[in-house]
Amino acid sequence: MKTQSHAQAAAEFIKDDARTHWHDETLWHVRQKRDLSAQGIPEWETLRDTASATKDYVLSHLDELLEQFEANALANGVEVLWAKDAQEHNEHVYRILQENKVSNIVKSKSILTEECGLNHYLEDKGYDVVDTDLGERIIQFAKQAPSHIVLPAIHLKKQDIGEIFHEHIGTDEGASDPKYLTEAARQHLRKKFVEANAAITGVNFGIAETGGFVVCTNEGNADMGTHLADIHIACMGIEKLIPRATDLGVFLRLLARSATGQSITNYSSHFHKPAPGKKLYIILVDNGRTEQLGREDFKNSLKCIRCGACMNTCPIYRRSGGYSYNSTVPGPIGSILSPGKDLKKYSTLPFASTLCGSCSDVCPVKINIHEQLYKWRQVITENTDVDASKNLAMKVAGYTFGRPVLYDLAGKMARAALKITPDSLVYSSINVWGKHRNLPDVPKESFKEWYQKNRKS
Amino acid sequence: MSSKASILAAIKKNKPEASSLPALLVFPDEQNLVEKYEKGLTGNGGKLIQAANLEEVQAYIEANFSGEQLKASLVEGIDGNVNVNNISDPHDLEHVELAVLNGELGVAENGAIWMPEKNVVHRVLPFIAQHLIILLKKDSLLTNMHQAYEKVKVNEHGYGVFIAGPSKTADIEQSLVIGAHGPRSLTVFLVD
Repeated sequence: MKTQSHAQAAAEFIKDDARTHWHDETLWHVRQKRDLSAQGIPEWETLRDTASATKDYVLSHLDELLEQFEANALANGVEVLWAKDAQEHNEHVYRILQENKVSNIVKSKSILTEECGLNHYLEDKGYDVVDTDLGERIIQFAKQAPSHIVLPAIHLKKQDIGEIFHEHIGTDEGASDPKYLTEAARQHLRKKFVEANAAITGVNFGIAETGGFVVCTNEGNADMGTHLADIHIACMGIEKLIPRATDLGVFLRLLARSATGQSITNYSSHFHKPAPGKKLYIILVDNGRTEQLGREDFKNSLKCIRCGACMNTCPIYRRSGGYSYNSTVPGPIGSILSPGKDLKKYSTLPFASTLCGSCSDVCPVKINIHEQLYKWRQVITENTDVDASKNLAMKVAGYTFGRPVLYDLAGKMARAALKITPDSLVYSSINVWGKHRNLPDVPKESFKEWYQKNRKS
Repeated sequence: MSSKASILAAIKKNKPEASSLPALLVFPDEQNLVEKYEKGLTGNGGKLIQAANLEEVQAYIEANFSGEQLKASLVEGIDGNVNVNNISDPHDLEHVELAVLNGELGVAENGAIWMPEKNVVHRVLPFIAQHLIILLKKDSLLTNMHQAYEKVKVNEHGYGVFIAGPSKTADIEQSLVIGAHGPRSLTVFLVD
């Protein structure tokens, strides 16, 4: 099956004009809250520089830091497992669940487990994984994937959620008050927390010098799950390390402010040892990260702390929705991470950008996202069959621009021809450029002709 | 080759040229820490009350909670009717209405309070209780997170958490709702 291009998937999304506007405005509002919050910190740019430099250090010492992290975690009584890919990660989780005779699993938000397809893997093995983040529970009921890494259900309206809850947890038909729906989810999930014997979480930051890790939530769902269950499995991408506990001062100041404009998430939980009588596992996952590390132009994408700011600010993401990217991490950062995993499948993502650079401007770890998008375009054009009509047009244009006489002639002919060509031909399917754009009015003469005439006077 | 060995080998092969670790950041102390702290806390959905003594805290609890409701207090001088230290299974805390705990230090820039494991006994207590009261010493207030991490030893205990407000969510159309899974309120008493 041919994968849908970003433009095709986006075309689906924008069919509902009112909803597209609502999505755009909602995310722009989050962006504005981020600005307000960042502007309240005079040292904001110093924080970004420091975070970026700290991550540079991490990437250039990643092997040593991982070994240090593992040694300290082992000394803390934590079991550490390594997974080279998604499959091995999922197998580790499965084995832990089997060994500990787990029947009920709760999971807090983890983009990594989405990336590894953990829920589907475990469901195939007969496990029911309960996502406990409210947004994730909503989309789990609806059998959807997150459309945003921080706001997983941002594409849904409260009426949609009311319908989903009515069907799955028996809320009143037609009820859509967020307070009422949240309370219903609270009661429903509290039962799940109490029954759970294993809790799976992601990791926001792993601390090399102490072997511990930090999980950030507003809901407290990661803590409700892990502190009641006997087994805690923390799934962590190898790039999530920071060298020192004191580095958290920088990263926690940046994370929530960049994500939603909050000064900090209401819970920032630091796990080092399992509680007495319980077990704690950390799975360190590669899944393409070491390969990305070796790509000079793209390695900086591994600095990402998953705040989602680049999505909220992106004029394309806001108007095309998370699903149009068809990738676990959507938006600008997803568009530079995903081609590294599968160049062909994600070949249209780096083109889903205006290259305006707003993503790079808001990135708390100063990833040069828009420059990487531009570089991926070049890699993709060289290595894949890009859209045939675009390719032909580019070849013709390239040939013409390289030959001044031909260029002058082509310009004259085009100006003459466009005046008499019917729109149906100008905006025909061959002209992909004209699909969403109107041509400007045709000038009488080229700039060169005008300049030659006017230079003397 | 084990996965660990192959991952480490791939990193050694691919990692960029070594860069140096930036020095720790230090920023000037804020004035009006109490005012800043209150702004930070209320921004997260919490409430600040300045109390002259423990009797005021006790009176607040009596005015807002009934005698039968389960109250777990780990603050000396504040009455509770659940003895947390006698509980071995954290599930037994399921019906606790109010937990009263001592906070270690407060951060003015964002309202966060450091709660090491020793201050909560059961890790789940500050989450499973329907309401949470934290007592915080006024002189424990710090300017920012950098100062907090200078002071806190994160691995002193097996677990510790910065609590900055009640449990909250905005996952339904970005509408803020307090009381997602954990406490429906956080009241911080600032004491001398």
